[in-house]
Amino acid sequence: MIRALPVLASVVLLAGAGGCRRQPDSDAARWESLPPVDARDLRPLDVFQRIEDPAQRSRALFLETSRVYLHPRCSNCHPDGDSPYQDSGETLHNPPVTRGPEDKGVVGMECTGCHQEKNLELARVPGAPNWHVAPRSMAWVGKSPRELCEQLKDPERNGGKTLAQLVEHNAHDALVGWGWAPGSGRQPAPGTQAQFGALVAAWVATGAQCPSEEARP
Amino acid sequence: MSIRVRVNGVEQELDVDPEMPLLWALRDVLGLTGTKYGCGQALCGACSVHLDGQVVRACVTPIRRADGREVTTIEGLSPDGGHPLQRAWVELGVPQCGFCQSGQLMCAAALLAKKPQPTDADIDQSLAGNLCRCGTYTRIRAAVKKAAGVPDSK
Ligand code: FES
Ligand code: FES
Repeated sequence: MIRALPVLASVVLLAGAGGCRRQPDSDAARWESLPPVDARDLRPLDVFQRIEDPAQRSRALFLETSRVYLHPRCSNCHPDGDSPYQDSGETLHNPPVTRGPEDKGVVGMECTGCHQEKNLELARVPGAPNWHVAPRSMAWVGKSPRELCEQLKDPERNGGKTLAQLVEHNAHDALVGWGWAPGSGRQPAPGTQAQFGALVAAWVATGAQCPSEEARP
Repeated sequence: MSIRVRVNGVEQELDVDPEMPLLWALRDVLGLTGTKYGCGQALCGACSVHLDGQVVRACVTPIRRADGREVTTIEGLSPDGGHPLQRAWVELGVPQCGFCQSGQLMCAAALLAKKPQPTDADIDQSLAGNLCRCGTYTRIRAAVKKAAGVPDSK
């Protein structure tokens, strides 16, 4: 994803230079009307109220939450293979662990062989209750916001959750909450868990609409 | 705080900081120096021991996690060095410097307890985090298979 960005940027520049008259899609136009936000923060809920159409607002809300879902603190453990990632998401977990039959590692290399129920600052080992990797069906790495959105609404690929359960999980789960308190100089997910939970709840309340394939936060 | 923990079958009561790494308690308080300190950051596997049968890295396990539980170290793997893995290790001359080997053995023992007939992939996955600077990996794998009675076709 990250490596693809400069490529995408140059495609956009080339398209512009070539006089392409493609209209920006309406999602993007709505998005541009929102105030800019620091990479470490989430836009507060009330700024989305300026988008009058609930469906449009829903899409904008999802794009905002995708900045959390696809942040390495969250997506590193929703990998596209059998090993989680670490750091900024470009390196595989070291030591080389594999998910095993229950997504908690293999015998001798279980997640909880090293990860405790809270961060261990002394050795920089991150920790939270129930440390494990998301099942393969819940892989997020490499997904577009739209793909992720469709996936999160599908109980087959969201851990069997209703949308209400999804809101609850995002707003209160302790392992999810680790994303904002990762310790040892790791960059936290943007905003706070409470803000994130409120944005997800608002997305559900506005019909849980998905943004267009091209839309990016 | 006093921690009660059974180590290699012997009940111990330790008056230590509950955040003390289990590795410190084993080596410095109980004098069980078979478990090694390699990195102190959960990166090498030299400090692998069993906590209620599960492999944990003692350098990052606070001693409070072991309270009321059972720890097995290399000294307790067998009463007389006769665990099938230990015998295979000797027969094949697995160690070079030996520093990583107690961790390798504890990890391999947990593997065989759960999967008595492991495949090469099982062995590689379970031992992937136990580093050996001397590069004895192929002998380790051969010895695990020998102990398990799995023919080594290579
Ligand atoms: S000393 Fe514990 S993993 Fe290296
Ligand atoms: S035998 Fe020397 S590190 Fe493994």
